[in-house]
Amino acid sequence: MKKSYQSLEDNSDHTMKQVINRNLSSRFLLLGLIALLSFSSHTIFAQDGDPVAGKSLFNSQCAACHKLDKKMTGPALRNVEARLAEDEGLDRQWLYSWIRNSAGMIKAGDAYANKIYNEYNKTAMTAFPQLSDADIDNILAYTAQPKEEPKNTGLPPIDGGPKGETSSFSNKIILGALALLFALLAAGLFLVNKTLRRFADEKGIAVASDDREERTPIWKAFVQNQFLVLMSAIFLLLASAYFAYGWMMQVDVNQGYQPIQPIHFSHKIHAGDNKIDCKYCHSSARVSKHSGIPSLNICMNCHKSIAEYNGEVTPEYSKEFYDGEIQKLYKAAGWNDAEQQYSGTPSAVKWVRIHNLPDFAYFNHSQHVTVAGVECQTCHGPVEEMEIVYQHAPLTMGWCINCHRETNVDLKDNAYYTKIHEELSKKYGVNELTAAQMGGLECGKCHY
Amino acid sequence: MSSNKRYWKSVEELDENSSIVETLKQNEFVTEIPTDEFLGDKETLESSKTTRRDFLKYVGFSTAAATLAACEGPVKKSIPYVVQPESIVPGVANYYATTIANGFDFASVLVKTREGRPIKIGSNKLASTSGHANARVNASVLDLYDSLRVQGPQKNGEDISWSAFDAEVNQKLTDLKNSGGEIVLLTQTFASPSTSKLISEFKEKYGNVRHVVYDAISESAALDAYQNIYGERGLANYDFSKAGTIVSVGADFLSNWQGGGFDSGYSQGRVPKNGKMSRHIQFESNMSLTGANADKRVPMTPSQQKLALAKLSSYVNGGSVAGTLPKHLDDAVRGAASELKRAGSNGVLVTGIDDVNAQTIALQINKSLGSKAFDASTSIKTRQGSDAAVTKLVADMKAGRVGALIMSGVNPMYSLPNTSDFAEGLKNTFSVAFSMKADETAVASNYIAAAPHYLESWGDVELKKGHFGLMQPTIRPLFDTRQFQEALLKWTGNPLAYTDYIKNTWNTDILNGGSFNQALHDGVFVGTASAEEPTTETVVEDALEGASTDAGNAARALAASVKPSNGLELTLYSKVGMGDGQQANNPWLQEFPDPITKVTWDNYIAVSKADAEAMGVINENVANGALNGSYVNVTVGGATIENVPVIIQPGQAKGSVAMSLGYGRTAGVKEELQTGSNAFALYQGFNTVQNVSLSEPFGMHEFACTQLHNTLMGRGDIIRETTLEVFNTKDKHYWNPIPEVSLNHEETPVTSPDVDLWDSFDRSIGHHFNLSIDLNACTGCGACVIACHSENNVPVVGKEEIRKSRDMHWLRIDRYYSSEETFAGDIEEKESADGLGLGNYIFGDGEGDGTAPTLNRMEDPSESPQVVFQPIMCQHCNHAPCETVCPVAATSHGRQGQNHMAYNRCVGTRYCANNCPYKVRRFNWFLYAENDEFDYYMNDDLGRMVLNPDVVVRSRGVMEKCSMCIQMTQKTILDAKRDGREIKDGEFQTACSAACSNGAMVFGDINDKESKVAHLHEDNRMYHLLEYVGTKPNVMYHTKVRNTKEA
Repeated sequence: MKKSYQSLEDNSDHTMKQVINRNLSSRFLLLGLIALLSFSSHTIFAQDGDPVAGKSLFNSQCAACHKLDKKMTGPALRNVEARLAEDEGLDRQWLYSWIRNSAGMIKAGDAYANKIYNEYNKTAMTAFPQLSDADIDNILAYTAQPKEEPKNTGLPPIDGGPKGETSSFSNKIILGALALLFALLAAGLFLVNKTLRRFADEKGIAVASDDREERTPIWKAFVQNQFLVLMSAIFLLLASAYFAYGWMMQVDVNQGYQPIQPIHFSHKIHAGDNKIDCKYCHSSARVSKHSGIPSLNICMNCHKSIAEYNGEVTPEYSKEFYDGEIQKLYKAAGWNDAEQQYSGTPSAVKWVRIHNLPDFAYFNHSQHVTVAGVECQTCHGPVEEMEIVYQHAPLTMGWCINCHRETNVDLKDNAYYTKIHEELSKKYGVNELTAAQMGGLECGKCHY
Repeated sequence: MSSNKRYWKSVEELDENSSIVETLKQNEFVTEIPTDEFLGDKETLESSKTTRRDFLKYVGFSTAAATLAACEGPVKKSIPYVVQPESIVPGVANYYATTIANGFDFASVLVKTREGRPIKIGSNKLASTSGHANARVNASVLDLYDSLRVQGPQKNGEDISWSAFDAEVNQKLTDLKNSGGEIVLLTQTFASPSTSKLISEFKEKYGNVRHVVYDAISESAALDAYQNIYGERGLANYDFSKAGTIVSVGADFLSNWQGGGFDSGYSQGRVPKNGKMSRHIQFESNMSLTGANADKRVPMTPSQQKLALAKLSSYVNGGSVAGTLPKHLDDAVRGAASELKRAGSNGVLVTGIDDVNAQTIALQINKSLGSKAFDASTSIKTRQGSDAAVTKLVADMKAGRVGALIMSGVNPMYSLPNTSDFAEGLKNTFSVAFSMKADETAVASNYIAAAPHYLESWGDVELKKGHFGLMQPTIRPLFDTRQFQEALLKWTGNPLAYTDYIKNTWNTDILNGGSFNQALHDGVFVGTASAEEPTTETVVEDALEGASTDAGNAARALAASVKPSNGLELTLYSKVGMGDGQQANNPWLQEFPDPITKVTWDNYIAVSKADAEAMGVINENVANGALNGSYVNVTVGGATIENVPVIIQPGQAKGSVAMSLGYGRTAGVKEELQTGSNAFALYQGFNTVQNVSLSEPFGMHEFACTQLHNTLMGRGDIIRETTLEVFNTKDKHYWNPIPEVSLNHEETPVTSPDVDLWDSFDRSIGHHFNLSIDLNACTGCGACVIACHSENNVPVVGKEEIRKSRDMHWLRIDRYYSSEETFAGDIEEKESADGLGLGNYIFGDGEGDGTAPTLNRMEDPSESPQVVFQPIMCQHCNHAPCETVCPVAATSHGRQGQNHMAYNRCVGTRYCANNCPYKVRRFNWFLYAENDEFDYYMNDDLGRMVLNPDVVVRSRGVMEKCSMCIQMTQKTILDAKRDGREIKDGEFQTACSAACSNGAMVFGDINDKESKVAHLHEDNRMYHLLEYVGTKPNVMYHTKVRNTKEA
């Protein structure tokens, strides 16, 4: 399975290159057309730039606020030069100075500069004095590339999904076949037996019946042996007690609980692929007892500019699927992506709570995260690998206590602990102290 | 053996011809069970397809299904903010300084909010000059979440919109403006500069406007006297910490006298420092909180008080007054006068007599003494009502002379003595009531303008002259409410929001260049007096007619006003818990035990033992220990209140009775909380003293009393008490000895490890928490009780449960009376008793000669007892008896000194409670949350918003008790760990110690040798409760010292 992905990706890369090549040729056609139609003196657009270098520059410098085909913080930039030339009669020089110092141009009273400034809620564009003319040429070359046709390049209906189904289907077939085989065998044996008996009957041979001397049946012998009965009763009782206890103890231990969330939020993509720090979103874990579920404005910090998913996809979760989930977020936050503004009515997202501690147990995230420096993964497991989060730890008291017994408290450079550490290590004769030795096993530390 | 005796179950049975008895004989049920209706109807029977078997199958199946369904864990939802406010972090508390000003209580407070919900009120420590949170203020947070609040504007009981309200009221006001009709604003005391300014603007716009300020419990006499002398309407400000000798004639200044808030200063002076403490002499009729704290308390009737004050004035200033007092009272007055004179500027005289002359005397004597405790420059502004103006208004309304009446923060239909007049007047008048509740007045008005709680409002208050407080919302308004000031702004056509209006007023008039944001952050601002002119109609002239500003004249006038009365004299007072009754729907306050009587959920008439015996009134304890008392009907003038229970109050002056105001609310109050009877009907002429007649006693009332045993029985080891003289001259071992036990025939102190059953833990490392309670500084005010309630989610159990001694207060305040005149006398009596004092009893002549055995006799408090208060909570014993008996180790000891209680581990054997010598453990007999049987605040979603999310709500069947606020100590430790710093003294607090503005409760870490509590631990006055038991508690008490020396 995995391998087939690999090859798929390779394919897509390959097709990308092809597309680029084709686009290069078509670009000249397009340019010619524009030149013909406009009869403009500005004949050179972007020919002298390198779109490939431009792409990387665009991504590093411009992409935070601009997209090629969509308004964001700033306007869409596809064919910006041509557009400016056509509509406003502005040349590349204007663009150079705008990019290097937009504020100056606004101040100087340039008409179009002011117009665009006002149109975008008076958000000043960052100045880029470090960009050389060549850099800007490259960027403009990139922006002048025609839009890609939406293609099925990356995502033909992959056979992965159906394949998975087939495999389970084939398993069923195999199982069915085996069952049939066994049934046939059984039927065969029965028939053979029947036939043999018929033969025997016909030949007048009496099949030896059990008329040996009467033996006590084994169950009767067992019943009569009181010792055995007693022992097995005890055994049964103990065994059932053991299992009953075991069963009882797992009641409400929800290890592995993996509910379906209203928005499919992939921790794998955020914390794993993009390496976003847990505490970027769960910031209150540092200061509060709750780790906190990020409010939608935290999501929107990034997702204002990330409207689509461009990462790795799986058969189960396609790009369309992820994009749909982002749309769910937009809906909840009331964000209109086309207009680039909050115009809808926001609604709360009702996440399903996974880690439920009972009311009578007090747990404080900041104590563990900030003071003790415990990694989130210690209790929550490899969240960065979880497509859907599940409860990793049993969250039982035994599990808590165990950790408190085994974990040494990091006392260094914390003035609070200095004196206590000194005295306690003298008392216990050790240098490192566990949470338990610090009093972390006392009932009242967690139950109040 | 058969008997011919006939037993009968009711009187009815004795009547042979009774038809009821006959019917009942034949039938099990009085009304017939309608079986025939169903069984007789053939059609239904036949069409019913459910056979008996099917029915059983369904039952079985549904039970099984329900059981299976119950196995599934519930799915919990977590809903984050869409846009999280920057200042709110879920799980972290925010604090806001604001000010309560509800017309009765005024104080600067600090509000703790969690996730945007206010959950606890505390004193604002930055505002030492602006009052502190008493029990009612602490409980006021629960009023915010009152399920009976009006949720939007109403017109004649129907919901309307604010726009409709505006249109209609505006129309009416404009009509009146054009026709010249009078508009009256009848309000509480706002003491608000911005509101005053607004009202002035309102007056300007509408012309014929009258502003009448109405205090339900009037301080009009004191205000009039002050105005007469100082020319401004205010109340005298006293700082009792500066007083060496305090003489009070009928002033309950430790509770609600003149707005209250004097207790913290008083307590400061009560703690002996360098061998000195203040001396306090109290003349009063009913046993008040103040009298209970006095060094010398002289019971006398209200008319005797008037005479006493007049005489006191003449003894201090010379001159003579008519009238005579009984010899012993006259001596006492003479003594007080000489002490006061000798104290000079260290003395102070206060009085609670509702009489301009009496108040004048007090002011003039303090002035002539040059009393340091009396601060004439900063008058108190929190009462501004005028009796005469209110009386005039009622008359005008009745005569139809008032065009529109707009009320805010008042409930005259409940709190006026002549409500029928007011009701009649209301019928003639267009009326609007700004109210949080559909209370008695609001339901009788044309419009209810739903008003916000003070925690949802903006405002400013001038508590004392030049001492300001700001009020800011701590939560978005829960309902569709509008505050009075916003309405005034609308009516005056001012487009500003009230917030901005306040800001403007402050920037121009008050701040004097200071920062508004800083003032808002602090909640207080001390500057110069506001420039706002009083907007009230002052009809003082009438009241002051004939009143002299001269003490001698006033004394003579006062003495002359004493009319000899043969009957009983009634004093109306307000309770620490209930105040003027506006918080009647607050279950915390209903269940708050009165500091003196320890009665909850009731008011009553207090009579002296002598009068009770004369009237045949009884108080008795029934089988389960609960208290019952006779009923009487109380008549004052033409008004009678029926069925008022009587309590026999030790210390009540013979010939006087007392009844508290604030009870008997009927509208806007849950049925269970409609307790007591409304004594405002007796508050005639706004005078707290009335001539009263009581009917013959009848029936029995069931009280819910939290303390059944009233005297200390001479057990000096529970409350150590000594006199200042002994304290100053004798060795500690004389007046505060450590109990000793015999070990190998040698007396060994119980604190010695040799006589200990337990091995001690090593407690030298880390924190070791101790709570210190100074019995000298504790006035018994009970703010800590309510603070504990709100911090620890302590449930309210209701009157019936309290009667069964199932109260859940983690912190109670025990009140003990002496059986002799003093506690010292009790000890002497006990010591000198013949053995157990049972001699007479055992040998049979006990009944004959009429003397009860000594110990029996000592159970009865004296007629004029000494009183002492002792706050008791879990003592957090280092060697805790409860821990050793718990079969499941649910209660265990922490090394920080706290006795832990793991609720989830508790199986409810109650062994621990049995083994606790302090009786501080509380058992949850029921589930008090989300249970319709206990329909108090924990039974509705709104009320549960007040719960502290850091403390679990206990379920039925578990034991609970004071945790020494472990959630607070742990939080303090965590904050220090997170910041990487050591903890400073004073950072550790419990709810009770934080609430104690009197400095009686000090909490801290005794391993920090520099801490205040460590010093207190080494103090000579320190002792542990029941030390001889050897429990080694972590709560310590400080011996009470009384200044008994007649100077």
